[in-house]
Amino acid sequence: MVKEIERAGIPVVHMCTVTPISMTVGANRIVPTIAIPHPLGNPALSLEEEKAIRRKLVERALEALTTEVDDQTIFEV
Amino acid sequence: MKLELGYIQIKDIQFSKECKVDNGTLYVDPDAVKAYLYEDDDVKAWVKDFGFDIAKPGESVRITPVKDVIEPRVKVEGPGGVFPGVISKVETVGSGKTHVLRGMAVVTAGKIVGFQEGIIDMSGPGAEYTPFSKLNNLVVVAEPNEGYQDHKHEYEHAVRIAGLRAATYIGELGRSVTPDETAEFETYGIKEGLEKLPNLPRVAYVHMLQSQGLLHDTYVYGVDAKRSLTTILCPTETMDGAIISGNCVSACDKNTTYHHQNNPVVANLFAAHGKTLNYVCNIITNENVYLADKQRSSDWTAKLCRLLDLDGALVSQEGFGNPDTDLIMNCKKIELQGVKTVIITDEYAGQDGKSQSLADADPLADAVVTGGNANEVIILPKMDKVIGTLDYVDVIAGGHAGSLRPDGTIEAELQVITGATNEMGFNRLSAR
Amino acid sequence: MSYKVVHYINQFFANIGGEEMAHVAPELREGFVGPGMALNTAWKGEAEITATIVCGDSYFAEHEADAKEKVLAWVKEQKPDMFIAGPAFNAGRYGYACATIANAVQEELGIPVLTGMYEENPGADLKNKVLIVATANSAAGMRKAAPVMAKLALKIMKGEKIGASAEEGYMPNGIRRNFFEKEVGAKRAVDMLIAKLSDKPFTTEYPMPSFDRVAPNKAVKDLSKATIALCTSGGIVPKGNPDHIESSSASHYGEYSIAGVDDLTAETYETAHGGYDPVYANADADRVLPVDILREMEREGKIGKLHDFFYTTVGNGTSVANAKKFAAEYAQKLLQAGVHAVIMTST
Repeated sequence: MVKEIERAGIPVVHMCTVTPISMTVGANRIVPTIAIPHPLGNPALSLEEEKAIRRKLVERALEALTTEVDDQTIFEV
Repeated sequence: MKLELGYIQIKDIQFSKECKVDNGTLYVDPDAVKAYLYEDDDVKAWVKDFGFDIAKPGESVRITPVKDVIEPRVKVEGPGGVFPGVISKVETVGSGKTHVLRGMAVVTAGKIVGFQEGIIDMSGPGAEYTPFSKLNNLVVVAEPNEGYQDHKHEYEHAVRIAGLRAATYIGELGRSVTPDETAEFETYGIKEGLEKLPNLPRVAYVHMLQSQGLLHDTYVYGVDAKRSLTTILCPTETMDGAIISGNCVSACDKNTTYHHQNNPVVANLFAAHGKTLNYVCNIITNENVYLADKQRSSDWTAKLCRLLDLDGALVSQEGFGNPDTDLIMNCKKIELQGVKTVIITDEYAGQDGKSQSLADADPLADAVVTGGNANEVIILPKMDKVIGTLDYVDVIAGGHAGSLRPDGTIEAELQVITGATNEMGFNRLSAR
Repeated sequence: MSYKVVHYINQFFANIGGEEMAHVAPELREGFVGPGMALNTAWKGEAEITATIVCGDSYFAEHEADAKEKVLAWVKEQKPDMFIAGPAFNAGRYGYACATIANAVQEELGIPVLTGMYEENPGADLKNKVLIVATANSAAGMRKAAPVMAKLALKIMKGEKIGASAEEGYMPNGIRRNFFEKEVGAKRAVDMLIAKLSDKPFTTEYPMPSFDRVAPNKAVKDLSKATIALCTSGGIVPKGNPDHIESSSASHYGEYSIAGVDDLTAETYETAHGGYDPVYANADADRVLPVDILREMEREGKIGKLHDFFYTTVGNGTSVANAKKFAAEYAQKLLQAGVHAVIMTST
């Protein structure tokens, strides 16, 4: 799905937990996330802490979108 | 155009003082055949001598190096004669009646240095890969005159003509024999076909002919295919020998004259003709070495497919490497005309099967039939008798230094076996 | 003496539970468990499952290194003749775990491995590294899959030469092998053409090598002027799933307005996804689709605008062809709406 958006000419960042799958499906900008049921959250933390982590992940995703890449790149958090 | 084939089943071949077909046995006098071959000036000029031998299915016999395989046929009714423009005068063939000496072939072989020739084993594992192990073969072994090495084209021509002449001579013996079985083949004119089969998809066979030159040549009514533009043939014309092989490319996927006469795509399209499809015609196109030629020929193929208002086209290849590009160009351009294609090819995936099989690729080639991986290695056991010579086993395409092992066995790629990965889809061999 | 096999299965096939138990850590059990019986039966005593490793799918995905280490240690200890994982059918994380752990066993312990799954399972991406038997897309295919896997496994344990993928039932693994078909090539070609002409399914004998990589687009220059859209395969939908997006094998996607929405709450949004534990996403859908954060950034001027619509579907079991079609379609909508960049989240 990511590839189709990329193909349409829109830069896209894929935020997902199982990054190897993202690599094989051909995403170019990848941000690894926390866990499958809650990629952008962590119910073990307080709401404030959780939101801070989510913010960090989204910031990293935006950073990926503003970074030129030549090949598939994983933006570790 | 309608052609009737009368099949005379040949169950055995025997040398004899006279030449005749009697009760399924071909009796042949080698001296008489030899004399007929030498009536040709080019044969006289380049061939020092001919030897004759017989190889039957199941025997411990290896024929090598094999040049061509030809089925004896004779035109008994209708215009023209067999191998028009080469043996018979140029006249359109493919109608009337033709007798076929089925179950046998004339095989040309012999010391043909530098040519890429093949192996036919009559028994053992190698026999499973070549269709010619199932035939009674009259083998014509040619020996060249001195100095032929500097005149390979002339020598190739002489051996080619000799094989065709031998087949013509043998075929003639079936002229007045009553066939065991007959079959009719007919395709229609454009309008006639539309009227008779209005609801069936219109399908043509795009028949690619090896025409790279340097002894990789095919002739149509005597015309060298590399000097011809893409054109149309009636499917029955090939049954009368309108297309002949002058081809010395890898043995496994070159189309011998026998393959052209018994083209399996033609046979299977005829089997479906009037039932699931309307078999319109054959489109013949070449495989030249220049990019401009490739572009022109494939443009024309696609254009003819469009002009004929086809729904589908079946494309067969000959050879490999740069012809893969011709194949893909044909396929792609035909598909872009809105005509659906299936292509038949073979593979060079390496001995381990791990490489990319074709030199070219395109997503539009989504329906591919493969004749197998020609690089797969096979061990051929020693045979009791060799017709021809083992001197070239190491140098023919698919062989390597040491292919012929001290104990007489051969380790080589399937490539060395005549017809093993045929790209007309003659065999059951495939790969995944 | 019969051959020894170690079998790997997930929590579901070990009867521990479904998604709610996907977090369970790996454990080693003696003998066969669940589907292992079918393999044992097919081997008729020639081979036997001596130990079974059970691991939760989420556990494997989230603690891959740890799970691998444990499984490898157990397999090493067991010294089996073969390691078999699954079959996983169309369970994406299970398939991924099967292929990944099999690959690790093969590479690190040098033990022959075999797994099985549906062709479109993401785990099948490893088919060129690990021998994978092609199965149906649901566990109903077990009866068919078990004998195929058992036969192939036995052949491998006996050191016999394995045939072409079409004969043995494994997925084409990039290694081309010759074999004899029932019909000659020309007949197969005519049949294929007739199928193609009548829009019936056909299988090419040589899939064209895939070069399907899309080059990355240029980066966004100025975020403060950019419109960013959110998309997800995590199945986030308005509460009640108004368009009835299927929990598995989705046949369509959803397009929903988030204009004026500051935060996704348990009262307003949920997930339609059937492949992962929905509790966390249902409690707070921002955990999958971070609308709250992007809205915040919009207010701060960090991004120009959060696009008014988000696009969503369920990745679980959805065919690659469908997923591709959905995305290609809504990508055009995004383009027309002047969206500059997309954040796609997956579960």
